[in-house]
Amino acid sequence: MGVRIHFAYINGYRPDWAEALPEKLSDCLPYPMEHLTVQFDLKLFYTRERNQYHSTLILAQLLKHLPREDDKILGITSVDLYLPVLTFVFGESQLAGNGAVISTHRLRNEFYGLPPDNELLLERTVKEAVHELGHAFGLVHCSNYSCVMNSSTYVENIDLKSSRFCKACQAEMGVECPE
Amino acid sequence: MEQKHSILIVDDELSVRKSLEHWFLEDGFEVETAEDGDEALEKMNDQLFDIYLVDIKMPGMDGITLQKKITEIHEDALVIIITAYASVDTAVEALKHGAFDYVTKPIDPDDMSNLVRNALKQKDLTEENIRLKEQISEMSPVDKIVGESAEMQRVFEMIDQVADADSTVLIRGESGTGKELIAKAIHTKSHRKYYPIVAVNCGSIPETLLESELFGHEKGAFTGAQYRRKGKLELADHGTLFLDEIGDISSKMQVDLLRVLESKTFTRLGGNEEIHSDFRLICATNKNLEQSVEEGEFRKDLYYRINVFSIFVPPLRERRSDIIPLATYFVRKYAQSMAKPERELTDGAKELLLQHHWPGNVRELENAIERAMVVGKEDVISSDDLPLQLKDNGEEPRNLSLEAMEKEHIKKVLKEMDGNVTQSAKVLGIDRVTLYNKIKKYGIER
Repeated sequence: MGVRIHFAYINGYRPDWAEALPEKLSDCLPYPMEHLTVQFDLKLFYTRERNQYHSTLILAQLLKHLPREDDKILGITSVDLYLPVLTFVFGESQLAGNGAVISTHRLRNEFYGLPPDNELLLERTVKEAVHELGHAFGLVHCSNYSCVMNSSTYVENIDLKSSRFCKACQAEMGVECPE
Repeated sequence: MEQKHSILIVDDELSVRKSLEHWFLEDGFEVETAEDGDEALEKMNDQLFDIYLVDIKMPGMDGITLQKKITEIHEDALVIIITAYASVDTAVEALKHGAFDYVTKPIDPDDMSNLVRNALKQKDLTEENIRLKEQISEMSPVDKIVGESAEMQRVFEMIDQVADADSTVLIRGESGTGKELIAKAIHTKSHRKYYPIVAVNCGSIPETLLESELFGHEKGAFTGAQYRRKGKLELADHGTLFLDEIGDISSKMQVDLLRVLESKTFTRLGGNEEIHSDFRLICATNKNLEQSVEEGEFRKDLYYRINVFSIFVPPLRERRSDIIPLATYFVRKYAQSMAKPERELTDGAKELLLQHHWPGNVRELENAIERAMVVGKEDVISSDDLPLQLKDNGEEPRNLSLEAMEKEHIKKVLKEMDGNVTQSAKVLGIDRVTLYNKIKKYGIER
């Protein structure tokens, strides 16, 4: 059996565009995709001083819900994530591993004092999801500015790049993203 | 495929090490981690890293001590210090000791990304700088000094001996013996080689201009001084100042120069600001300075100041074994610059070259070969291709003094060039000012 990708919306977080997400990802990730319901106590990973959630611990918890050894699981949450030494992260993944987690917290326009824009939020979420899953498939950051694997340290970076792998990353992944 | 950059992360907190390791792995780095200074130094036994990310506060060896030890092992190491807000002062201390930069915890991902990008840029520039410096060293002008004779070998030994000593050097020798090349060779072999060598021909510049040339001037210092201009003394800062024809400077300039050499400070003409310049001085002269001192033309104190280490470049006639190798070198040089095939010297041409007295020394020989390369049509250089005055050489009376012979030779060349000083100077292999001086000295009518 081949690889399957599981979308795990954590603790009942289920945005309006959840159903549209797999199709948007399937261009560059031609694998069967399934939705998964995951419940665990997020408070365990909350840090009061930072008012943020430890992404590595969430990812470790998420991996316990992995249905099959060969599969990939992508956790999606709305809480603000951090790594101990960094101020925040948009997401985290196991490099060449089974899992990744992304947060929509800083992908929302409201975080930057702008009016809500669901379409833009979906677009950003798609890019983050492909990016983190790309890591889970073994890709590292790419210096091509339009490639989805280009490193993004602020939200404008995400808006600048496309949701597709560049030719070199496609070759590395062994996939072809249709034009 | 691009080569991976490597990073060593040193932090006593496991969660920090793991977070940073994760971050840099995703960025395509080759990552090693260490929980303390000892482990970091142990890892450096196996390999050196492109970047070292070091926490400042660790039990045992602290980050500053580790940074010092890292730079002892890896001179150009790029160390980035990680600190908490409370220890920013210590981080600044680390910068003073040569750390590339510091970041405060928790680190903004964008800051981290920019910092690492800048560090790698710095690494690339440092490496490029080293490569370029090596290329400059390979282009050392000492290669252009051709001399197989024992006399020139002694000169080369002296160059090596004095190059790094930073002492003042006086190069002596007749006009055209290549004193400037010797000065450049000393500069290129010294620790000042990456700074300029600034040459001033004191004999060819009128005194008033020489003053402004050496010391520079402020705006409005004299008529025509529209802008502030740095002098050669200032331009030679950290490098070498080469004063050619030092024996020709005026008494006033001797006093001014002596003052500068004693204090290495001076003021621009029309200015009050004291300027310090750290230069190494190399002087050259074709004059008998001892005689000039005796005759009161040259200050004794300045003579002692510049005559710390003396190199005598023998005239070409006293090292005849260098004539043919030099001629061959110039044939090759001009064949290249004129895009012509190299030519062999015929036995007749070689004999003629060996017989000639060479009052203009190497410069005269170079000009003779250049001319032969221009006018010669065959695939060899024969005696016919060499300048006419060489061929007449055999007919010259042999019992003349050196000065009388020089006078006759100058007269002959001037006549052949219809009194044109520029052309004659070129044929004689000396500069125009020297020729004018000699014309005046010998009372030659043009």
